[in-house]
Amino acid sequence: MTQKTIRQALHEALVHEMRRDPRVVVIGEDVSGGAGTAGGRDAAGGVLGVTKGLIGEFGEARVIDTPITESAIMGAAAGAAVTGLRPVAELMFSDFLGVCFDQIFNQAAKFRYMFGGKARTPLVIRTMIGAGRSAAAQHSQSPYHIFTSVPGLKVVVPSNAYDAKGLLIQAIRDDDPVVFCEHKLMYDLKCEVPDEAYTIPFGEANVVRDGDDVTIVALSRMVHYASEAAETLAKEGIECELIDPRTTSPLDEDTILDSVTRTGRLVIVDEATPRCSVATDIAALVADKAFGALKAPIRRVTAPHTPVPFAPGLEKLYIPDPDRIAAAVRAVHEYRR
Amino acid sequence: MTITAITMPKWGLTMTEGKVVAWLKPQGAAFASGEELLEIETSKITNVVEAESPGTLLRIVAPEGSTLPIGALLAVVAPETTPAAEIDRFVAGFVVPEPAADASAETDAPAPRDIEAAGQRLRYLELGSGGGVPVLLLHGFGADLNSWMFTQPALSDGRRTIALDLPGHGGSAKDVGRGDVDALTDAVEAALRVLDIDRVHLVGHSMGGAVAAALAARQPDRVATLTLIASAGLGPEINATFIDGFVRAARRRDVEAVLRLLVHDPALVSRAMIEDVLRYKRLDGVAAALETIAGAWFPDGRQTYDLVTALPMPVQLIWGRDDRIVPVAHAEALAARLPVHILADAGHLPHMEKSGAVNALIRRFIEG
Repeated sequence: MTQKTIRQALHEALVHEMRRDPRVVVIGEDVSGGAGTAGGRDAAGGVLGVTKGLIGEFGEARVIDTPITESAIMGAAAGAAVTGLRPVAELMFSDFLGVCFDQIFNQAAKFRYMFGGKARTPLVIRTMIGAGRSAAAQHSQSPYHIFTSVPGLKVVVPSNAYDAKGLLIQAIRDDDPVVFCEHKLMYDLKCEVPDEAYTIPFGEANVVRDGDDVTIVALSRMVHYASEAAETLAKEGIECELIDPRTTSPLDEDTILDSVTRTGRLVIVDEATPRCSVATDIAALVADKAFGALKAPIRRVTAPHTPVPFAPGLEKLYIPDPDRIAAAVRAVHEYRR
Repeated sequence: MTITAITMPKWGLTMTEGKVVAWLKPQGAAFASGEELLEIETSKITNVVEAESPGTLLRIVAPEGSTLPIGALLAVVAPETTPAAEIDRFVAGFVVPEPAADASAETDAPAPRDIEAAGQRLRYLELGSGGGVPVLLLHGFGADLNSWMFTQPALSDGRRTIALDLPGHGGSAKDVGRGDVDALTDAVEAALRVLDIDRVHLVGHSMGGAVAAALAARQPDRVATLTLIASAGLGPEINATFIDGFVRAARRRDVEAVLRLLVHDPALVSRAMIEDVLRYKRLDGVAAALETIAGAWFPDGRQTYDLVTALPMPVQLIWGRDDRIVPVAHAEALAARLPVHILADAGHLPHMEKSGAVNALIRRFIEG
């Protein structure tokens, strides 16, 4: 088995599924790119190179460059899905969801329900999330909580290359709309990834690390910061159980509740803003269903309720980091011991 | 006077370091061959290190709780009368082999390889070299070559040892054809041809035991000895709950429940072991392969294949007393005709649960 980046893992997943099923198509801005330019066709291959090379094997009918019109991309993809294709549509920055929210929120998400279960909408929306590149307030958000709050959408937030490949293949084979959130700072992150195709079921969390003292639930890139914090804390004698839900809808409630039932202490790490967020949702879940097990208040480590700052110094303060996570864990660990 | 070292073992391909969980013998204690010396935990598994020969545990170097690289000095074995200064010198002069940290070292480490045999991709791991008759290790239903992680290194002195992924398993192709004993035996036969192995000691576990026996019946002249561990093919009973459960399990919880049926001590079922099974089961084609094999071998929860044929080569049976998959009665029924070794405190995986004892039994048997 070989080490592969998240970029390679996603590319492989697309190639596997496009070879396996002729109904799978890719559509978005510059998914190949370069037509009519000096660089030539496929000059872009997606803004971060995930779809590079697809047009050579699968052609223009299946690798579709669009104008800069998110509403058209999502509208065309939702319509194509409901009429028999399995589109993987790219919403370059998740911040642009505002432009095409009707197509996602009120159309794709509702088709199955509105058509009495007779319609299937096998649509995947690949989109970039995350701060950390000084890309400012309109290109740095992590709005997966907005998608998560919509019944009819499934939402994936992978944290590593193995999960990214298996979850993207699962998303393409799924008959419902799936929003697949890729953190823009993680494309070069490597781990062992099988060459073969495989699927990871939605709604099954990954337990990254076992521990009996404090449960940490972390999402996307925050899994790695939480893991760093857990390493530091282990040296202090605090053993953390680290849970990566992998999908926020459906959410693996059992794994979180089982863990908190054992540890009695919970810290949730989420790069998104805290109001009506996934972190807040999980805190409510545990307060509701495992209140009796809690030995300390639930702590959330999140971004503040502000736009993402452009200034690098401020942006650094905005994103949760291992020190803040470790401090939160120490606080709940010490609480009424 | 000989002074020898107990060092951190390497269990499995991915192990780089291990943690000393507990010393099971105190410093200064004498021990017999096969006695449990210490417990080691890796990211994958927790297991005990057993003494390969008798001795005295004169100096414990690695304290409980310490995490050390492969090959690190854990303890010194020497006669009781050895002066302390001499032990000090041995400890001070001990050189830990460099761990395979960089990429170039990694390529030197043994890694599984693929072959094309009878039109099928098969994966195998080869260890050891020399003139001895090679050993072929065949795993059970749903397992892979890693199930021999404690066995294969112990058999690799002076001979080639090959652990094969059977069709549908591990890294081998997932198309299993009919998936019955003949189909799997054909694949193993083809692998031996490609690997240029003429004569061989066969060691098979569970379903792999039945494949080994079938191969021995086909080509009795090529098989030097046959060791069957908790083997299929010796009676009609099989734990259908395990077979069905393993085929169906898709989530961590379900996988954990079925894996616990395999062992005497459930602590052996680590999160990493569950994750490995899940990763295997998620691969395209595996579900179909397992269903085909289970349907061919164990329809209606009974074994179909019966290998009561008398075989001309030496045959031994090794079984765990608490086997909950294939009843130990299958071995007991043959005790009058064959050497049968039944191990206490072991379930269906005696080669993992009592690896020291099983390794010693195999070594003694193949060395005649």
